[in-house]
Amino acid sequence: MYPPELLYTKDHEWIRVDEEIGTIGITDHAQKELGDIVFVELPKRGDQVTAHESFGTVESVKAVSEVFSPVTGEVTAVNSRINDRPELVNEDPHGEAWLIKVQLKDRRETESLMTADQYEAYIEGSAAESAAEASKG
Amino acid sequence: MATATGQQALKRTALNAVHRALGARMVDFAGWDMPVEYSGITDEHVAVRTRAGMFDVSHMGEIDIHGPGALALVQHVTSNDASHLKIGQAHYSALMYPNGSSVDDCLVHRFADDHFFLCVNASNADKDFAWITEHNRFDADARNVSAEYSQLAVQGPRAVAIMSKVAEADLAGLKYYWFTNATVAGIPGMLARTGYTGEDGFEFYFTPEKSEYVWNALLDAGKPEGMIPAGLGARNTLRLEAGMALYGHELDEDTTLLEANLGWITKLGKGEFLGRDVLARQTEQGTRKKLIGFEMSDRVPARDGYPVWMGQEQIGRVTSGSPAPFLKKNIGMAYVSREGRALSLDPGQEIEIEIRGRRAPARVVPLPFYKRHK
Repeated sequence: MYPPELLYTKDHEWIRVDEEIGTIGITDHAQKELGDIVFVELPKRGDQVTAHESFGTVESVKAVSEVFSPVTGEVTAVNSRINDRPELVNEDPHGEAWLIKVQLKDRRETESLMTADQYEAYIEGSAAESAAEASKG
Repeated sequence: MATATGQQALKRTALNAVHRALGARMVDFAGWDMPVEYSGITDEHVAVRTRAGMFDVSHMGEIDIHGPGALALVQHVTSNDASHLKIGQAHYSALMYPNGSSVDDCLVHRFADDHFFLCVNASNADKDFAWITEHNRFDADARNVSAEYSQLAVQGPRAVAIMSKVAEADLAGLKYYWFTNATVAGIPGMLARTGYTGEDGFEFYFTPEKSEYVWNALLDAGKPEGMIPAGLGARNTLRLEAGMALYGHELDEDTTLLEANLGWITKLGKGEFLGRDVLARQTEQGTRKKLIGFEMSDRVPARDGYPVWMGQEQIGRVTSGSPAPFLKKNIGMAYVSREGRALSLDPGQEIEIEIRGRRAPARVVPLPFYKRHK
């Protein structure tokens, strides 16, 4: 489910690093939580993004969610297909529905990100936690 | 993550396990563990508009009012005129505060001359019951019977075809906002031609023990007609398209019925009721704000709470805003005012919605956004 070549954040974004370019998207877990995605707002080429800061928003029918950058750097490409087909984020979140590409400023920023195995354990842990919360009392 | 209910266990309807087995996404709704979507809000919303959808609305509250003073009590605490209700008829009404605002909105069903049955919002059921009890100086017995009922809503243009397969009742003779005793798949209950989607449909009230059986029987009957289970997400977008108020959004303790466009359930002529004086005064002198509908001109959806602007003046806030899955537009409702007085805006008037610090163009449109062809 979660490709091993990607790294993951606690806010449910992923990044694939090739040389000094990071490709960023939201995870399958995130798209499922949001439901039918109808609009995605992204930065422009040349904009700066900062690690842990919001760089865009993803809107589903029921909610709006900010997207946080896993790394700091300059935006080198924006996936324009998402503009015409926001539902692509539901269909292929780890592949065709990448959001932006970033020229990494400091590769060491990726060292604190989770591997696929760690991320899966993280979302299972969150689910177990909320289930425990629900059954309390 | 902390939830609104903190340490309290979430309440569950009798169908909780069924929703989970169907793979529904569950959320905490007013302290209830409820399905927000199954196959997706858009899919479910469009199914209700074009075929049918079934909702578990067993979380809704029910209050039974019985006795020689039942009509007097209902007339005192609600805004609509229950004396006009025939036995077997229901109407939309509001439970009132003395300031002309609502404790809750509700459906009032007349079981007998001296017997009424209120369906109220889950989030307000305890508050409603306490309020009715506090104001019960009549010879009437009010009981909170919420736990005694499951409620399923079958909504959509195919609802009659589906219900007629499993219900023992004269469905063709059951007019909109009337109800009857009926059995559905052999299980007795109260079948009402009511709903909260803007479509034709039914709401069936029956004993919780038989919930799974009735749910499955209806789902089987509905499958050939294209009916699917629908969650609270679609319920919200459907009611918004139909321009219906949701308590906590368009209605609250600071909003009078007239401000909420609910003059049609405000019967000043019926005699005394809680809030009547304020509503009578507003009828003559005008209201403090006005509920409008609007449509976004570009692709960014408006959401609850966003500020509304006209020129350099902030004139209000969005009460409900969402993409509308059937109309395929971004729509919303908002209260608008100027210097504490209702602002009258004509359809077509250009306004702006402030979205994350930026203003996006929108225009005023008539309510409701969607009206079914009868």
